Amino acid sequence: MSAAGRGEAGRAGDDVRSDLHVAVELTASGGLEIELISRVASLYGDSIRETVRSTLSGMGVRHARVQVDDKGAVPFVIAARVEAAALRAGAPPGGDGRPESTVPARTHSALDRLRRSRLYLPGDQPKLQLNAGLHRPDGVILDLEDSVHSDHKDAARLMVRNALRCVDFGGAERMVRINPLPLGLEDLDAIVPERPDMVLLPKTESADQVAAVDARIREVLGVASDAESPIWIMPILETALGIERALEVAASSPSVAALTIGLEDYTADLGVAKTVEGAESAYARGRLVNAATAAGVQAIDSVFGDVGDEEGLRAWAGRSRALGFEGMGCVHPRQIQPIHEAFAPTTGEIEKALRIVAAFEEAEAKGLGVVSLGTRMVDPPVVLRAQRLVDVARRAGLLEEAES
Amino acid sequence: MSVGKERSADFVVNAAGRRVPVVVNGRSAVPFAGVGASIPHGPKHGPPIRSTADYPADGDKRSPNLREALERCGLRDGMTISTHHHLRNGDQVAVAALEAAAELGVKDLMWLPSASFPCHEPVVDLMRSGVVHHIEGSMNGPLGAYCSRGHMRGLGVLRSHGGRWQAIQDGEVHIDIAVIAAPTADAFGNADGSHGPSACGSLGFALADSIYADHVIVVTDHLVPFPCIPWQIQGNNVDFVVEVDSIGDPKKIVSGTTVVTKSPDRLLIAEYVARFVRDAGIMKDGFSFQAGAGGIALAFVGYIRQMMIDAGVKARFVRGGSSSYLVDLLNEGLTDYILDGQTFDLAGVRSIGEDPRHVATSPFTSYNYHGKGNFASMVDAVVLGATEVDVGFNANVVTHSDGMLLHGIGGWQNCLFAGCTILALPSFRDRIPVIVDEVTTLTGPGELVDVIVTERGIAVNPGRADLLAALEGSDLPIRPIEEIKAEVERLVGGPPAKPALGDEPVAVIQWVDGTVLDTVWRVPEATDSA
Repeated sequence: MSAAGRGEAGRAGDDVRSDLHVAVELTASGGLEIELISRVASLYGDSIRETVRSTLSGMGVRHARVQVDDKGAVPFVIAARVEAAALRAGAPPGGDGRPESTVPARTHSALDRLRRSRLYLPGDQPKLQLNAGLHRPDGVILDLEDSVHSDHKDAARLMVRNALRCVDFGGAERMVRINPLPLGLEDLDAIVPERPDMVLLPKTESADQVAAVDARIREVLGVASDAESPIWIMPILETALGIERALEVAASSPSVAALTIGLEDYTADLGVAKTVEGAESAYARGRLVNAATAAGVQAIDSVFGDVGDEEGLRAWAGRSRALGFEGMGCVHPRQIQPIHEAFAPTTGEIEKALRIVAAFEEAEAKGLGVVSLGTRMVDPPVVLRAQRLVDVARRAGLLEEAES
Repeated sequence: MSVGKERSADFVVNAAGRRVPVVVNGRSAVPFAGVGASIPHGPKHGPPIRSTADYPADGDKRSPNLREALERCGLRDGMTISTHHHLRNGDQVAVAALEAAAELGVKDLMWLPSASFPCHEPVVDLMRSGVVHHIEGSMNGPLGAYCSRGHMRGLGVLRSHGGRWQAIQDGEVHIDIAVIAAPTADAFGNADGSHGPSACGSLGFALADSIYADHVIVVTDHLVPFPCIPWQIQGNNVDFVVEVDSIGDPKKIVSGTTVVTKSPDRLLIAEYVARFVRDAGIMKDGFSFQAGAGGIALAFVGYIRQMMIDAGVKARFVRGGSSSYLVDLLNEGLTDYILDGQTFDLAGVRSIGEDPRHVATSPFTSYNYHGKGNFASMVDAVVLGATEVDVGFNANVVTHSDGMLLHGIGGWQNCLFAGCTILALPSFRDRIPVIVDEVTTLTGPGELVDVIVTERGIAVNPGRADLLAALEGSDLPIRPIEEIKAEVERLVGGPPAKPALGDEPVAVIQWVDGTVLDTVWRVPEATDSA
């Protein structure tokens, strides 16, 4: 891919949009020479040149020949491609090619926030990232693992880092799926300073792996080992061994906020076909829900891959909620709404739960030890479940509607 | 070629604050004076009176080929030939007519298409060789580039569909010979678009040409014995009928199926539009709407359909361009009628040919501003696109932000008179923001644009306090237009630079009343976007 002193990055071709191709050739003298082809040259030519210059000078590159073939990329994308090409050309690492951060200040996500939907965004495809937050998923996952070819891991890491600095994902929780260890540790070095809310760790099979991630996050952040890490971890269990160790993994660190399952890899590990009904993964999913609950973390389901089959998605999500999962992944923004609806408590459930909670509060106020609804006694676990359901409904914005 | 010389003209600043020429292609032009401010006078244009004595009593007006028909119509240098665009990108007749004129050795023709498509690229060569002097009609692709670069000898004149009718009716342009491609015709010249191997649905865009042109030639690949039933074009206006093997490529005339967009952002915009129409109280029994065949418009029809079913609401009429999506509404009883200006897919063609509730309209009934009213202002909501809008809600639909001609006006300007005009737009394309400080080319005045719907939120024209009041309590993301603009600029790295345009006009944008709304300026080669 790169001859000595020359490196390329990005995408070229007629169907490319919101991306670019960059070739950087490091030279001994002559300053920065920029050759630009762009469909937006008359409108953003100067801006593109400025982004190239500031990125390279931040990296300490003073002399280079740069060829840019731009297809309407926004500045953070240009910066990521230029940095990747320069590093591939042999520019010394350690410089700072990061674009200025443009995301508004934000608060870190809560341990038990709503995680009904998480939208997968291939880390190396900026076009899909720009407007992802507008579809209002509970979370976005910038993916460095399966959606990124092994030759592009370095470039994708820079793209994801820049996206975290420059893309406003709205109210969505910002997650990054890193690569399996040890490569994933290098991913952490790049992305942790940008404070994602959560890191997804694929192919997790042991508490040690979680500990390694936890330690690396603290190291990069410079946080003391006993301080609580502000970056949550969601281990992905996707092997038979991982499933068997679900409880160990879930309980391995206070940073673990949720467990999830990767069904493609899991069924491959078992050597069985993945079906729409999912009988082959019934044990694994049940085991995961049980372990997550035992450890006090959320159980989150896999994805439903057929974007065109909304009915199938709703059916899957409905079964998933019935099993005890609190959310699942989305491979397309159109899956978000059906998933939110499927994981939402029904009006009937909410009304019943509200009655139980009201009865509980009344009993408390009267100092009664027994909660009763009409002529029936309500057991404490039923009260607890009702309280949880009311809580979920309130956070999903469903409560006012049910009360009125 | 003395490029530029014959267009040197004086300019005035019109009521919209735009600098426009006072002479256009040798005619004196009236600058835009404001919406509804320019009052027309005098009688309509009349074609010469003809006598039945000069036409065959047996009604057989066939001529062996286009060349001979043009010759017998008296074609000579400097004349105007008009064509229609119902065959869209499959049209083979317009180029054939101009090439037949070239064979006859005539020069300096004006071509007046109702719209042009990529299939008309050969006209560039006909302009280079001097056969065609200039085009008054939409220009895009290679034709748009040829004009934008300043290579065309005359000024391009861009008119809306209604404006084209107005210009022809008012005698502002004079058609010497109208060449009308007809999917079905008889030898007398009665013609229709709803049947035949090259069926395209309505022939409404050719109606004015058939009425007002000095001479009319019907070209068909499906000649039927008299009478051609139904007829939208009346043979009594027709001089000659030419039979050819094929008038066009059916695959490019209508698409087999129209498919709704898969882009999640565009689907989101479409959903917002539908919710807006519902929440603003526009979607009620007996209402009407118009949506074209663009990806967002089609998706909008899908969403509003479901909302109409859920609410038990039925439309009185919907306006096309029609596609299977509108036909479904008709078949499901969700609308009483489709009033159709053009037909985009096979389902639409079949429906207009078979269902009496699916009615072909023309720019006269739908759009003509110099008439006793038109349908466009009776439509409750219309969903349109645009290339740019500005913070004053002014919109551009003809040029790209770099100044290059990109689209025709179509019925867009005429539709602005609907009860609620909604522009549905992605907030940026590639990197280019759609909301700007000032549009590159003014095509529609902001006072007629009510709502701008983007994936980042919905901006309501402050002049429409009634809409804002109706939306009180809606959970739609209603935002000031400036706020959406600022958000996009943060993402794309600031507003775009102003492209360096030449001071030489290449085309004018006419308003629906024939006044000149804006000027399109030459784009120097140096700013080529490769």
